[in-house]
Amino acid sequence: MRVAVLVKQVPATENVKIDETTGTMIREGVEAELNPLDLHAVEEAVRLKERFEGTEVVVISMGPLGAKKAVKAAIAMGCDRGVLLSDRKFAGSDTLATARTLAAGLVHEGGFDLALSGERATDGETGQVGPAVGRILDMSALTFVSEVESIGADTIVVRRAVEGGHERVEAPLPAMLSVVKEINVPRLCTLGGKIRAKKAEIPVVGADELEIPQEHLGLAGSPTKVVRVSYPQITRKGKKLSAADDLDFALDAIRELLADRGAV
Amino acid sequence: MNEYRGVWTLAEVREGRVHPVSYELLAWGRDLADALEVPLSAALLGSDIADQANDLIAAGADQVYVVDSPELASFLPDSYTKTLAALVERHKPEIFIASATSTGRTIMPLLYVDAETGLTADCTELTIEKAERLLLQTRPAIGGNVMADIRTPLGRPQMCTVRPRSKRPLPMDRSRTGKVFRENVDKRDLSSAMKLLEFLPEKNVGAPLQDAEVIVSGGKGMKNAKNFALLEELARLLGGSVGASRTAVDLNWAPYSSQVGLSGKSVTPKLYIACGISGAVQHLAGMSASDTVIAINTDPEAPIFRVADLAIVGDVLEVVPALIGRLKS
Repeated sequence: MRVAVLVKQVPATENVKIDETTGTMIREGVEAELNPLDLHAVEEAVRLKERFEGTEVVVISMGPLGAKKAVKAAIAMGCDRGVLLSDRKFAGSDTLATARTLAAGLVHEGGFDLALSGERATDGETGQVGPAVGRILDMSALTFVSEVESIGADTIVVRRAVEGGHERVEAPLPAMLSVVKEINVPRLCTLGGKIRAKKAEIPVVGADELEIPQEHLGLAGSPTKVVRVSYPQITRKGKKLSAADDLDFALDAIRELLADRGAV
Repeated sequence: MNEYRGVWTLAEVREGRVHPVSYELLAWGRDLADALEVPLSAALLGSDIADQANDLIAAGADQVYVVDSPELASFLPDSYTKTLAALVERHKPEIFIASATSTGRTIMPLLYVDAETGLTADCTELTIEKAERLLLQTRPAIGGNVMADIRTPLGRPQMCTVRPRSKRPLPMDRSRTGKVFRENVDKRDLSSAMKLLEFLPEKNVGAPLQDAEVIVSGGKGMKNAKNFALLEELARLLGGSVGASRTAVDLNWAPYSSQVGLSGKSVTPKLYIACGISGAVQHLAGMSASDTVIAINTDPEAPIFRVADLAIVGDVLEVVPALIGRLKS
């Protein structure tokens, strides 16, 4: 079985900066990490490799050259090899342009029975790229996957975490799964894994090597345009009371507010 | 592009009934359709659901496009995408919106690929720029630290998902009239290669977190899993649901489905009660849009207090039982 994991390098969430004129994220000089939710996709892929003999796991990312670090982090966890799609022409891609580029990347790497991604990235938070890649490549798009129950010759059974419970869904292969955190606990890298990742060559694939029309790439291939960004201040000037000083008074205040909001 | 006219919303059906998020969505759609002076339509897909079209009209729709087929009895991404893509192709709406529920966030990223247009996720504000008939879509990103305004100048329809509970539904007006169209869709588009084998409901207290009007959430200050029973009791008294911080979930005090925050759920209840949660940025990202926030924490400097309407400095294990006692008396 051939398994692809799609990963994204994101700014560590605490220190994000935006270029207010272009509306794009300033990635230079900001500490970056592998998208935390992608760790679960990588872990699941590595577990599939352990479960099904002869499985190859390829990690694929799109981003600036620095995103090799995210690809290596996935290799350190046990992926066989990795590829980075990187080209100036990819700059400014929205989710559709990104999905089309990644889909072309999957084709470039020979096609896959299964592809996995995290449910969403912690920077853009759209959750659109995974399922869109699935749709573009005519794979079964399964979102919010919380468990891979079984994989047969040409079908897969998964659980999906939805409002109020879980669905068990059977779908034909090939399939594109975006997974939720609940699916597993990502492993810590072993020393051997880190050494393997350090030594690993990460080939860079550019626009010319992909079968994708130029007009689908980057800013020009992006139907959505960010026109403005702003920084909301999420602060409220609430009343602060000490329960230690006067528990009854604090309880009265809570009950009063609950009553005011119609909760009691 | 000028042939695209009208505003469409996706009516969401769960267990055979139109889900209330669909009515919120119509309230959004009503504003957009009025600004553009076009009809507001709802797409209603399912099995034996045609009789509910009138509810959508009462809630603000001018037109309802119904695809009623046994093959659409359960939501399966492939058949729903193909069916909606056929309707979009046929009727060419200029705007198509859905709720940012698990269904909306699944179907829309598939549909926009077919329609070859743009899609904006989880919007909290929508405005019409009348001169160019453009939809200005506002959404939080990066854990709510940034608000982005996004346009879709070229693709049609302009598509987005809208965060649930970000608008009140219009009052049901049974005197409203509208048109109901029964749509025929090709058998191939109605058929799915997937199968819903089973639905396993959760045994949580109250409504699913995203639907809850009141959420009582616990963090590290709850000390252990057993103490979460206190939160369940409080939630029951307030008709709410139980949430949790990432720490509490990582410690197995609460299931992942109750996790609020960047790697869990974004919630917007009327009332959010944070019990023993310090309020990491990632947690605030998932709940700071709640109408009213009450926070209880021992640390007077806890970041959660910055987003609280009422901050109680104290031990939750003392305050919550006393509050339960007070509410019962």
